[in-house]
This record gives sequence, structure tokens and C-alpha cells, in this order.
Amino acid sequence: MDEKRIKIEGKGLPIRGNDLDTDRIIPARFLKHTTFTHMGEFAFYDERFNEDGGKKNHPMNNPVYSDANIMVGGNNFGCGSSREHAPQAIMGYGINAIIGGSFAEIFFGNCTAIGIPAVTVSQQHLDTLFERTEKTPNTQYTIDLEYQTLSYLDGLAYVHMPLSIPESSRQELIRGEWDTTSMLLEGAEQTAETVNRLPYFSGW
Amino acid sequence: MGENLLNKVWDYHTVRKLEGGKDQLAIGLHLVHEVTSPQAFQMLRDRGLGVAYPDRTYATVDHIVPTSDQSRPFADSLAEEMMSAIDKNAAEFGINYFGLDSKYQGIVHVIGPELGLTQPGMTIACGDSHTSTHGAFGSLAFGIGTSQVRDVLATQTLAMDRSKVRRINYEGELAEGVFAKDVILNIIRTLGVNGGIGYAYEYSGSLFRSMSMEERMSSCNMSIEGGARVGYVNPDQTTFDYLKGRPFAPNGEAWDSAVEYWNSIRSDPDAIFDDEVHFNASELEPMVTWGINPGQAIGISEKLPRLEELPDDQRGTAEKAYDHMDFIPGNPIKETPIDVAFIGSCTNSRISDLREAAKVVEGRTVHSYVKALVVPGSKQVKDQAEEEGLDQVFKEAGFEWRGAGCSMCLAMNPDKLEGSEVCASSSNRNFIGRQGSPTGRTLLMSPAMVAAAAIKGHVYDVREI
Repeated sequence: MDEKRIKIEGKGLPIRGNDLDTDRIIPARFLKHTTFTHMGEFAFYDERFNEDGGKKNHPMNNPVYSDANIMVGGNNFGCGSSREHAPQAIMGYGINAIIGGSFAEIFFGNCTAIGIPAVTVSQQHLDTLFERTEKTPNTQYTIDLEYQTLSYLDGLAYVHMPLSIPESSRQELIRGEWDTTSMLLEGAEQTAETVNRLPYFSGW
Repeated sequence: MGENLLNKVWDYHTVRKLEGGKDQLAIGLHLVHEVTSPQAFQMLRDRGLGVAYPDRTYATVDHIVPTSDQSRPFADSLAEEMMSAIDKNAAEFGINYFGLDSKYQGIVHVIGPELGLTQPGMTIACGDSHTSTHGAFGSLAFGIGTSQVRDVLATQTLAMDRSKVRRINYEGELAEGVFAKDVILNIIRTLGVNGGIGYAYEYSGSLFRSMSMEERMSSCNMSIEGGARVGYVNPDQTTFDYLKGRPFAPNGEAWDSAVEYWNSIRSDPDAIFDDEVHFNASELEPMVTWGINPGQAIGISEKLPRLEELPDDQRGTAEKAYDHMDFIPGNPIKETPIDVAFIGSCTNSRISDLREAAKVVEGRTVHSYVKALVVPGSKQVKDQAEEEGLDQVFKEAGFEWRGAGCSMCLAMNPDKLEGSEVCASSSNRNFIGRQGSPTGRTLLMSPAMVAAAAIKGHVYDVREI
């Protein structure tokens, strides 16, 4: 059993733009490592640094966001390559939840598989969140996967936004079953029955 | 009511419903490469697990393989470490392995089909998004992450949600100089790079029925670029003819049983789909990308879109694209100068791709400013091309003729763009930095169009050469 992911609290890190692909999240040259240990150091590398190593104007280089742990992205976030190195890099950098307009499917699955909730909000709420994280970066957000809401304090009143996440992934996260290997192993006998029925498994 | 292929194959492979709601889905063929697997094998070691069905698991090396000097140890110590890891993992876990010295080595999505490993009605998984390629045979082929590679190694299953199916009916036939690459770029341009999220694409209609297997592979390959994790074509006589006699294809009496199964999993004539769209090939022309995702593509006779012509949700990415590409909205794409021409990748490095490119190149010379290379998708493709004398055609024109691998598609090996070079590329992704230089620029097009650009030194309509 993994740690249950029910509530995630913290500050937001705005990463604007749609169709942000996993090559931009982690360029392929960093994939030559045989472990994920150092991926956090290379997160968004070419977005953050010039070729001479100088820092670009990027939120991840802005000290205001140094303790942010909830990434806010656009639509079709994480498209392209299936590299799990992308969510591993994001996690290694210190992010433990992502809010977006929509997520590419393989990226979303990879996030869930390592215990990172990737949740979506409406375009209107996304615009509000970008503005809020940029203008009031110290805002504390609470992602509640049980009630599927995002909340934060605006002045004296709490704002609540509905969150969406595919139900099966939500269940895995809140039950602490997002690392699926042991659960799948429990079905080993049934797996054997299923594959033995498949004509190509049994040599036709 | 009839069923579509996805639902039939899914049902056959469903082991059970998991408590969280996903299906435990059996995987018939697991393809493995060097980049996304070492962490998965280590996780097995850490948990004291083995590979559940090693005979259903096939590994090869492609991403980091140098395409010129392949002597070991590699000059790049990280690449050498990665290559040693898969050599060791394959031996330790007892899986089938086509390593660097195997005559079957090549890009995983090229060798699966050419060896006859990829077959209709299978579920296939690989730690690579272009696994959708194998759908050309009427299999359900999923690109997966490394944690899922671990799951397949340990259990031969995945926890998956069933996708919806969108049937793409493409009618008509391909005109001279227009290829499967142009078809799929047009589909992605029309439906969007995110249009396929949550869907599998079933490619149908007279156009797909008349396509060769290699053309179907090029189309299915780029399904993921349209957001669809899975793309497939219903198997037919073209599929069976392609498979017959391949090393891992069934033979003898098994062949007849196989064909019976393969025919049974086709979408029924009255099958229901979650969505259907219609295209016609009559006005399709060679396509070229101008931006930073594969949906930013236009016909060769079109002009680069002006920002105000684009829908609101595409404008931001277009602005970023113009900023990166340094192109001017409203200009034609034709005659855009190029520095590099790359023919290769899991999309377009098969023998028919090389033949089409060679037809354009024959008797002509690569423009003096252009660095041009041809990278066959596998050792078998390379051998076949050399037998046909295609290597000579390319070399005489000034192309470099390389060994099999992913090469400059993603530049995890010595083949890379430098600075802000512009590359005419037969690969699948024009993402920022994709070809190895953070400021490099990629124009995706068919291999014949890359060949034409290499000769002219700029983007050119292959039909006019």
C-alpha cells in the first residue's frame, strides 16, 4: 500500500502556455541516466537556461516561487514522448500536484503511477489561477481529492473550485493504490487463465 | 449491434475489473528498448520480482545507438553505461534480445512488424509513445511509462481505462507525390494535437484500405501526435500478405487458425463508434510543418498562417512558434532555406520510404549548403536497400548513409542539429529542442519532400522537381 493522496496543500507555480511537450519538460539528452535520481535538476532545463548557462526569465528561476509545490499548466500539458522522466523531473524538483486545462494521456498515467495527482479545472478557473499565482504568489491552495475541490482564501472568503480527474485514478490515489504492481500481481492466476485462452499465446 | 475492433480485443484481454475501476488488461507482446527500461528492471530487483512471461518480451537498442562509429565502448560514457545496462538486464531476466550485434537490431517500431512479432488482435505495450505504429496491423498498441514497463515485466498486464473510439473515414486515393505522412499531418492539423485525448483512432475508408502496410504504419505512428494513444487499421488481405513468411509469424496449420482469429477481431460492419469524422484526399497536397508541434502544418502551396486567422486557443502556441522559428506570418513555406536533411525515424525509415526518396535523388546532387543523411530503420532495411543499390544512389548524390537507429529524430546519440539550423525531417516531432539543439528548427515532411529539399537547398514541392 502506498501513501494515500487525499489532500495536497501548498503554493502555486504558474507555467503558462498550451501543448507543453515532454521534450520541453525534460530534453532527451538528460534521459541517458539509468536512474531517475537526478531528473529534478534538469526539469524544464532549456526553458530555464540559455545555452551559456545564463538564467532566462522563467517562473522556476523566480525566488518568489522557490517553495511552490503545485504546478499550474495549460491545455494538453505533457504531450509528446511517453518518457516518465518528465513527471519524475517535476516531482524531483519539488512538485506534488499539477493543475491544468487538460493533460496528454500517457503523461497523466505516468503522474498517477508515481502518486502525483494531475487534476483539471475549467478554462475560466484556470485563467483565475494563473492570475492569482502570478499576482498573489503566497496564496495557499488546498487540493482535496476526496471532495474534488480546490480552495484558497481570497481576502476574508474562501474560494472553492470544482476539480476533475478520471474516477479510476482518483480512487487509486485516495486509496493509496497508485503503484499498481502488487495489485496486478494478485491477479496472476486469472492472468494465466486469460492468456491461455488467447489463441496466439498458446501457439494457435 | 456490432462491435468495433477495440472493444473486441479489449474484452478478449481483460483479466478482471480492479477495485478502483480500471481493467487489468493482458499484454500479448512487450517491446523494450534501452532508454525507458533500466529503471523498471531495477524496480524488479528492488522488489525481488522476475519477468512473468519472458518469452513474450523482446528488447532491442535504438535511441542512443551511434549511427556511424558503433565500436564499444561508446565515446559517450553515459550511452555506454545505458547500453551495458540493457545487455545485462536482458541476460539476467532471460528476455529475447536483439542487441547491437544482432542482424535484427533496429528501431523497435520498425523491427516488430518486419519480424512478424506484431500481429493483428494483439495487445502490445512499449515504453515509447510511438508504439501506436503497431496498430497498423489491427493490434491495440499502447505507449507506456517506465512504471508501467515494470508492471508489464512483472505481471504481463496493465491497469487501464478503456478508451473511446473515433472512426476516421478517409476516402479517395493519394495523388503522385502525396504520401501517408501527408495524410496523417492533415488529420492532426484538422483534429488538433489534443483532439485525440481519450480516444483511439480507427483509420478507415477507401484511402486506408488501399494503403500498403508501411503506409499504414507511418499513419498509425503519428496517432499520438494527434493526442490519440492508440491508432489502428482493421486487418485485411494486405496485412496477411505482409505477415506471411516473416520469422515470427505463424506458419503451417497455425497460419490458418491465425487468419481466422485475425478476421474475427475486425470491426463489424454495423459497429458503433463514439465519434466519426470524414476526410477526402482529392485536394490533399504535400504537407510541411512550420511551427513547434505537428498540428502546425500546411500544404506546400499555402502561406504561413497569420495569428488573427487562427482560433483563440491556438494563437498562444503559434506566437511561441513564430518566436522560435523566426518565420514571418503570411510568407509561403515553399523556398524556406534548410541546413540539414534527415531521412529516418520510426515514422519514415522503411524500405518504401527509402525507395521513394531515392527516386527523387537519383541523378541529382545535394545542395552545397545542406548536410544530408539517410538512416535506415533497421539492419534488415539497410541490407535490403543496399541489395537494391539505394545506398549508392544516396551516396552519389551527397547523402551520408548510416547504420540503423533513431538518430536525429530525438538526438540522444551523436546525430544532432547545431545552433539554429533548420532541418527538413521525415521524423514525427518538431518540438522545441527535439533534434538536439535548444534553438534548432524542424520542418516535418515526407521522405520524398525531404529529398527534394536536400537537392534544392530549400523547401520545395516534390511534384515539380
